[in-house]
Amino acid sequence: MKRLDDRGRIDHDHSFEFTYDGRTLTAHPGDTLASALLANGVDVIGTSVLMSRPRGVVTDNVTDPHAFAQVGTGSVTEPLMRMNEVEVFAGFEAEGRLHQGLLPTERESTRFEKRFAHCDVLVVGAGPAGLSAALAAADAGSRVILVDDHPHLGGALLGGEKLIDDKPATRWVADVEARLRANPDVTILTRTTAFNNGDQGAVALMERVTEHLPEAKRDGRALRRMWQVRTHELVVATGATERPLVFADNDRPGVMLAAGVRGFLHRFGLVPEKLVVFTACDDAYRTAIDLAGAGVDVQMVVDVRKDPQGSLIKRTRELGIEIRDNAAVIGTDGDADGVLTAVRVASLDGGVPEAIACDCLAVSGGWDPLFDLHLHVSGGSRWNRKLVGFVPDGSLPGIRVTGAAAGIFGTAGCRRDGHVVGLVAAEATGHGTTADGPAAPEGHDANEGPTADFVDVPGTERIHAFVDQHRDVALAGVDRALGSGIHHVEHVKRYTLVGTGTEQGRTAKVNAGRLTARHFGLDFAEVGISNARPLAQPMTFGSLAGRSLGVRFDPVRTTSIHPWHVAHGAIFEDVGQWKRPWFFPQGNEDMDAAVLRECAAVREGVGMMDASTLGKIDVKGKDAGEFLDRLYTGVMSSLKPGRARYGVMCKADGMVMDDGVVLRLADDHFMATTTTGGAAGVLDWMEDFLQTEWPYLDVWLTSVTEQWATVAVVGPKAREVMAVLAPELDVTQDAFKFMQLEDAVVAGIESRVARISFSGELAFEINVPMTYGLALWEAVFAAGQPFGITPYGTESMHVLRAEKGYFIVGQETDGTVTPLDLGLDWMIADKEFVGRRSLRRSDMLRDDRKQLVGILPVDSKDRLPEGAQLIDSAEYEIPVSMIGHVTSSYESSAMGRTFGLALVRNGRNRIGETIYAPLADRTVAVEIVDAVIFDQEGARRDG
Amino acid sequence: MFEIRCPYCGPRDEPEFKYGGQAHVAYPADPELLSDEEWARFLFVRDNSRGRYAERWNHAAGCRRWFNVIRDTGTHELVGSYRVGEQPEDAR
Ligand SMILES: [Zn+2]
Repeated sequence: MKRLDDRGRIDHDHSFEFTYDGRTLTAHPGDTLASALLANGVDVIGTSVLMSRPRGVVTDNVTDPHAFAQVGTGSVTEPLMRMNEVEVFAGFEAEGRLHQGLLPTERESTRFEKRFAHCDVLVVGAGPAGLSAALAAADAGSRVILVDDHPHLGGALLGGEKLIDDKPATRWVADVEARLRANPDVTILTRTTAFNNGDQGAVALMERVTEHLPEAKRDGRALRRMWQVRTHELVVATGATERPLVFADNDRPGVMLAAGVRGFLHRFGLVPEKLVVFTACDDAYRTAIDLAGAGVDVQMVVDVRKDPQGSLIKRTRELGIEIRDNAAVIGTDGDADGVLTAVRVASLDGGVPEAIACDCLAVSGGWDPLFDLHLHVSGGSRWNRKLVGFVPDGSLPGIRVTGAAAGIFGTAGCRRDGHVVGLVAAEATGHGTTADGPAAPEGHDANEGPTADFVDVPGTERIHAFVDQHRDVALAGVDRALGSGIHHVEHVKRYTLVGTGTEQGRTAKVNAGRLTARHFGLDFAEVGISNARPLAQPMTFGSLAGRSLGVRFDPVRTTSIHPWHVAHGAIFEDVGQWKRPWFFPQGNEDMDAAVLRECAAVREGVGMMDASTLGKIDVKGKDAGEFLDRLYTGVMSSLKPGRARYGVMCKADGMVMDDGVVLRLADDHFMATTTTGGAAGVLDWMEDFLQTEWPYLDVWLTSVTEQWATVAVVGPKAREVMAVLAPELDVTQDAFKFMQLEDAVVAGIESRVARISFSGELAFEINVPMTYGLALWEAVFAAGQPFGITPYGTESMHVLRAEKGYFIVGQETDGTVTPLDLGLDWMIADKEFVGRRSLRRSDMLRDDRKQLVGILPVDSKDRLPEGAQLIDSAEYEIPVSMIGHVTSSYESSAMGRTFGLALVRNGRNRIGETIYAPLADRTVAVEIVDAVIFDQEGARRDG
Repeated sequence: MFEIRCPYCGPRDEPEFKYGGQAHVAYPADPELLSDEEWARFLFVRDNSRGRYAERWNHAAGCRRWFNVIRDTGTHELVGSYRVGEQPEDAR
């Protein structure tokens, strides 16, 4: 196309260079990538996805079926960016990738932001209807947010030469904008797309903040910002989109949508040499009139209708432009690159086609009102035969569709309707009344004739007559779908992929639906089109995520002792959100060597562990004991202050949910510990029962997980270390028994010490306020030096507890395991508790339920993989029935061999039997043993 | 994203809340009196109807209180909220 110096809203006085497909091109401030490519004569922007046909820019907006580019390079590259939305600047780089983009190769360094906003009235679309609505609502006193996806307000008024009150429409736009900007309760967001409408007025917007600026001018601001707006009233003034006509070679570069051609003239000063217009409606005549006015050689308007009337046709004729009615473009010709050179025009009654030379064919098949934001919340639509388009059907609370989106075409009609809608929306928010509001603007629109219900040119060649240019689906493809027995429009869509493209099939869906209806002789009003689902425009994941990445998405929790672990080379394991030391390798130790050393230290000397991450819930009130009795399988109310008891809780279905030790601190004060990962869920669970089932209980629950740091001192020499640390505390067995608590000063810190063991060894858990955790840890480490104290991590903890047959929630249990399956019959007290009734459901009483047992590989060096399945015989044929699986598997330093825990059908009655683990490379024989493999008599607990 | 009215805090965005399933399904007063079938019905069977539905929500990232909401499952209209102990007619 050619640039006219006196047309368009670009800055003709300045220009800059940018790069497309490695070529250096020139553009002006205000150019989009699409307009800049047209101005540089880049008629072919790429090739189509299936047939590799040359394709060019089709229109000036985001409905263009293939104007997509890869923008930027390196870590800031973004795929499938809309060429009509992307604004170019000096140094801008892009590549023509119309269908498949490239993902950035490294994490995006780009900044995306999010913000929240509330308003009375959100107006989406700043054309004549949206501007009128925003002004009426704002003048009535509502808080208004007005958004438009273009850099300038005005909508369709920017792409035409309309008059309002006998002045250019752009003067009216500027006047309304000035009045809105002067109102402090109005927020105007340009370059902003409303892409999702949720429930209760939750509308998501994407604002392109600095994307259109060169890097140097971005000043560290976000590239894009997502707004999550909660509005009382939503005004949908999103206009309408033009649809093409279907004929042979209608995808040739140079074949464009009529309003797009007009838009490129008025917005960017771009014109072709010779133009032909092909239309089924009056609106395309505006393109002929406007381009003729700009000096373009308008060869002909080809109209499928017979004898069209109306003021636009009259005006076209007055300009001396030939109008060929009852006729169609039946094909196009191109040059060596495939770019349009001529169209062939014939009467719809037959006859010899006539070739007409042109470099641009402006096509219009009619207009589709665009009201996705109404459809997103289950709003209906209906086919309007007069408009030959879908319009919104029914109304939804708080949502009003106006202007072309509602099927109202014509500037005066849009202004009137928008004004009324704005007043109604304001009234709904308690501002002004429709009765007393200012009168609607005057004015009348040109008399336009009806649009023809016309999709494809009869008898046209079908292989290259495209219905969906993005997906490369021509009439032949639709024929194939319909011929294969498909008769639902949703199935046609999935079979052909019509309407599923990156551009949401805006130019294809209605035509495809009409072809389907016609094929089956059905009324299109009943067939309908495929659903419109969010998002209204595709958005990149990066811009949706904003800054919610990494630790801002999922926080990392660490204990106050964490810096010591880091300084001493701990390897960490993620447990829920917590970082826990997994093991502390020394020298060149691998994990196995480190764990063997750590376990040996605990069994033979003394070890220390950071147990601060265990969940801790403070339970207070005079009914605290009764409350805990109802949730744990055991009795807690009988605990004496200063004593602790292990407990298990079930869900209502009887499956083990969590476990931990409950400490009684006073008559009306308990502290329940939970698993590290289960803490939040257990608190929620307790709160649920307390608030909804037993609100009459006097109980108060508080999470204190992060208030306490816990250091466990574990092993036969633990007592000697404690004696050094707390000289005033009597740690003898008679004075300080298992499951006893003592308040004491440990290393100069007021502490709560408990004799709790998760390893079977003599152990003291020292609890101090979290801020003292590191000081305590360092003191324990120093005091333990003469005894060879060894810090250990979660892996050693797991080995030590497994040797004792202690299960871990989430490792031995998976939501299908009851306390009985774990052999915890002794913990089921004779009283009601949540889930108890489930334990005598028939399925729980089956004797072939999987039960927790220990397993010893016959080859004592062979360590099974956790999760390995177990079967009955060494020889087997697939399929073979599985009788259980390995839940834990380790090497034990204490026993000098490998061992494991497993859930095995009827396992407790099969102790002593040999079963098999079939692995990819071998079959391992294992002996079933009691779950408690080490220290079965519990002799080590008291040191 | 719903806007849910917490009876204690007022209207807040959905991410502050946790869903709790159908309302008015009390834990049986004496589960031991129930047959296996009756118990299973309590455990596993809930209404899944179109239209107005009473359901539980917890203002998990707010006041942490449980309350009930009447929601139209067909239109996602949130008809009203009410406190534990109140009846659906009290929803507002
Ligand atoms: Zn609340």
